[in-house]
Amino acid sequence: MDKVLSVHDMNVTFALHQSEVRAVSELSFSLARGETLAVVGESGSGKSQAFLAIMGLLARNGHASGRAMLGDVNLIGMAPDALDQYRGRDIAMIFQDPMTSLNPSLKVKTQLAEVLVRHQQMDERKAQTEVIAMLERVGMPEPVKRANAYPHELSGGMRQRVMIAMALLCRPKILIADEPTTALDVTVQAQMLDLFKSLTNDFGTALVMITHDLGVVAGLADRMMVMYGGRAVEKGTTDQLFYDPRHPYTLGLLHSTPHVAKRARRLDPIQGLPPSLEHLPSGCAFHPRCAFRFEKCFVERPPLAEIGGGREKACWVDGPLQRREVA
Amino acid sequence: MDNRPDILRIENLGKTFSIGAALFSRPLTLTALQDISFTIRQGETLGIVGESGCGKSTLGRCILQLLTPDSGRVLWMGEDIASLPKEEMRKRRRDLQIIFQDPLASLNPRMTVGEIIADPLRTLMPELDAVARRAKVLKTMEAVGLLPEMINRYPHEFSGGQAQRIGIARALITDPKLIVCDEPVSALDVSIQAQILNLLADLKDEFGLTLIFISHNLSVVRHVSDRILVLYLGRMVELAEGDDLYEAPKHPYTRALLTAVPIPDPIRARQRTIDGLEGEIPSPINPPSGCTFRTRCRFAIGLCAEERPPLENTGHGLVACHRWKELELQPGA
Amino acid sequence: MAGITGKDAVLSNYAVALEAPKGRSLTQDALRRLVANKAALVSIFILLAIILIAYIGPFFLPWEYDKIDWSSIRKPPDFEKGHYFGTDQNGRDLLARTLQGTQMSLLVAGVATGVSVIIGVVYGAIAGYFGGRLDAVMMRFVDIMYALPYILFVIILVVIFGRSPVLLFVGIGCLEWLTMARIVRGQTLSLKQREFVEAARAGGAGPFAIIFRHIVPNLTGPVVIYATLTIPEIIITESFLSYLGLGVQEPQTSLGTLISFGAPVAEAMPWMLITPAIFLVAMLLCFSYLGDGLRDALDPKDR
Repeated sequence: MDKVLSVHDMNVTFALHQSEVRAVSELSFSLARGETLAVVGESGSGKSQAFLAIMGLLARNGHASGRAMLGDVNLIGMAPDALDQYRGRDIAMIFQDPMTSLNPSLKVKTQLAEVLVRHQQMDERKAQTEVIAMLERVGMPEPVKRANAYPHELSGGMRQRVMIAMALLCRPKILIADEPTTALDVTVQAQMLDLFKSLTNDFGTALVMITHDLGVVAGLADRMMVMYGGRAVEKGTTDQLFYDPRHPYTLGLLHSTPHVAKRARRLDPIQGLPPSLEHLPSGCAFHPRCAFRFEKCFVERPPLAEIGGGREKACWVDGPLQRREVA
Repeated sequence: MDNRPDILRIENLGKTFSIGAALFSRPLTLTALQDISFTIRQGETLGIVGESGCGKSTLGRCILQLLTPDSGRVLWMGEDIASLPKEEMRKRRRDLQIIFQDPLASLNPRMTVGEIIADPLRTLMPELDAVARRAKVLKTMEAVGLLPEMINRYPHEFSGGQAQRIGIARALITDPKLIVCDEPVSALDVSIQAQILNLLADLKDEFGLTLIFISHNLSVVRHVSDRILVLYLGRMVELAEGDDLYEAPKHPYTRALLTAVPIPDPIRARQRTIDGLEGEIPSPINPPSGCTFRTRCRFAIGLCAEERPPLENTGHGLVACHRWKELELQPGA
Repeated sequence: MAGITGKDAVLSNYAVALEAPKGRSLTQDALRRLVANKAALVSIFILLAIILIAYIGPFFLPWEYDKIDWSSIRKPPDFEKGHYFGTDQNGRDLLARTLQGTQMSLLVAGVATGVSVIIGVVYGAIAGYFGGRLDAVMMRFVDIMYALPYILFVIILVVIFGRSPVLLFVGIGCLEWLTMARIVRGQTLSLKQREFVEAARAGGAGPFAIIFRHIVPNLTGPVVIYATLTIPEIIITESFLSYLGLGVQEPQTSLGTLISFGAPVAEAMPWMLITPAIFLVAMLLCFSYLGDGLRDALDPKDR
């Protein structure tokens, strides 16, 4: 398996007025060519900050340490100028709200062509032809007409298509998508998920899908990483985590998600609230909300450890939890 | 369950907005709702689903008279509240409350939790004195799972889930009969969503509430609702019992929505084919003629462009489609 | 939940007895951020010091501001006679006059700003909340007021209130509210879209209850910031009017009047300019630092 990205022991901290907050702790994972990794967690789990750190896009008071190896270059701690060489060309990111990433006063084709002109020294005219071809590839209706539009003239779904086209123009090895469908309507979301699936197949791009919605990742992801309180708490294939979750948090997330095919009288939610990163609980960060906890969980943090089958979890409870039936 | 009395009856409700009204330009007319009619029985939960711009939030606000409908009637216990003078309507607000989507935005940042929850009491139950008000606030806070110590804190000190509990307490404090829940969980984290949905179900049982549950999330709506109303571009597309709608959708749009819902189950998610609903929702300023869904419908025929399909009774509910009888639609997923 | 049950009685007792911890209000948060800002904190101290000196200082001075010392006219500082900052062309103690002038400047600025805040907030909030035709008419009126020459109004006001500087500045406050009204209207337009305003309507609150209970408290930020910027503006306006002879009348004085007398003779008698100028500049600088500090403290997102 050739790895396009491998992250080792990454930490992300933010300096506040008098204190320091750890948003991501000791995160390690790798990403193979063409694979789709889903990073699942709730707000404050550190899932977005981890990838902003890799992209060198942390807020000014943020600091990242550790290694994020893109081939044999470490992206963490790299000077912004040097990073620009890789950003967009090898690794690209798209966000929930495309409007914030598009310049409202430039036509779509101008903005997109600029990427090619900058990274591949293509001439303007050729770049624009390429742009229209890419817009067509990402399923933009009437690509020539839309290429001449300004961002505000497009619908939310079309803007997200523009962002995807922009991200894919240089055929990056890695595409990071941070909640790309959350703001979209269900029918458009379904179109987008289809698009992501076909793009990873056609371009061999590795996709990182950051989301809180398990429904979105079920049909799309090969592997999953569940994050809680800034740490990875469970890693494995999508099927392993959905049908045989070993971390109580993963199980809780699954039980919290309503299923359109099954109407239960009550959902079985996780009790309590997600922790604040400033005041993480002692021991296992999840213990205050955990139904499986015992004494050890209060005092000692479980390490992320191999449990066989190529999967890892950070939990003191041994063996399978209550199994979910295959529907 | 069907012998419960009708509590709310909507008849031919319509609402348009004019936008861009400037000195020298003619304003555009946006038809937000057209010809909406349905009834809600006491103690029932009616889910309203649809995508952005379908008018679901406008409908909720028209029912509560937060927006004034242009046409039609809103009969609350037999009385048309759409034609009531403002003062009279204010008295009815005790019975009709609302919960909002963005829990933090719906709380006044300058007021304490206690003041926020007590706010409706000032105008709707002026007979209560300060002590009685405070007691009622504490009682309601307890009902929604907030600790009494939180009464003097400010909204920004709370997380989204707790803020939504404050919003629910405010809606509950006047002992309402009907609560419109406008996307009450879409801004919340998954684990908190489930807590709030359970809370709403408990409160409904405890206080005998009737709920109108507005959401774009079909999984959530199906979970909470007895009956479901599907809207598309301001028109009623289908209305049926939750199970019937899910197992035997009659309208192509309902089916398309059902197949588009993400399923948290990898094997089934990989197997299923999405019902290739092409394109995006047309602009409500200039909706298609005839059936508004025809531009995205693969069953559309000539008639669909010419004539608006009437709402027909299917035996299980209502559907607005010219071809519902001939189409054998498969269930959602 | 109707009727008084045993549980309700228990709850009532509990409600009376409950001592719930106080939360951190937005204002407290803002104050904490303000105190953390050194420039703003120093400005507050200097301003407080100036106010204190201006009002208490005169009691400790041997000379009153309108007392003429015939033996020392246009004299530089003289500690023996108690003219610590010298005397003016009529032999009056310059320090006493500067303190009186500072009092007057602060008073008129405070009065005018207060009047402009009250009118501007009420006017702007009403126009913004009701919107539509009322808003259009109200804001066109503001536009017309803007277009009319300011000085013309001032001269009319002088004719009416000539002898009373405080009333004069009530009048000037009545002119200064235009910008405040525009700012408040803009903020109100965005606030009234917020869900908590809709929630208040669903709770049966009438338009004025919404404006004054829900909208106006949320305008604190921009209003306070703009008010701190208005104060120095009015101090300058006052100086300018006094310079033209339209402001404060003798023997009373103001910083502007003192400077207008000191400026022409600055080469021969620098003390006549320096003393009032130091007070004026210090106040203006402090107010503008304070305004900056308040903006950062009340709008932390903008940083």
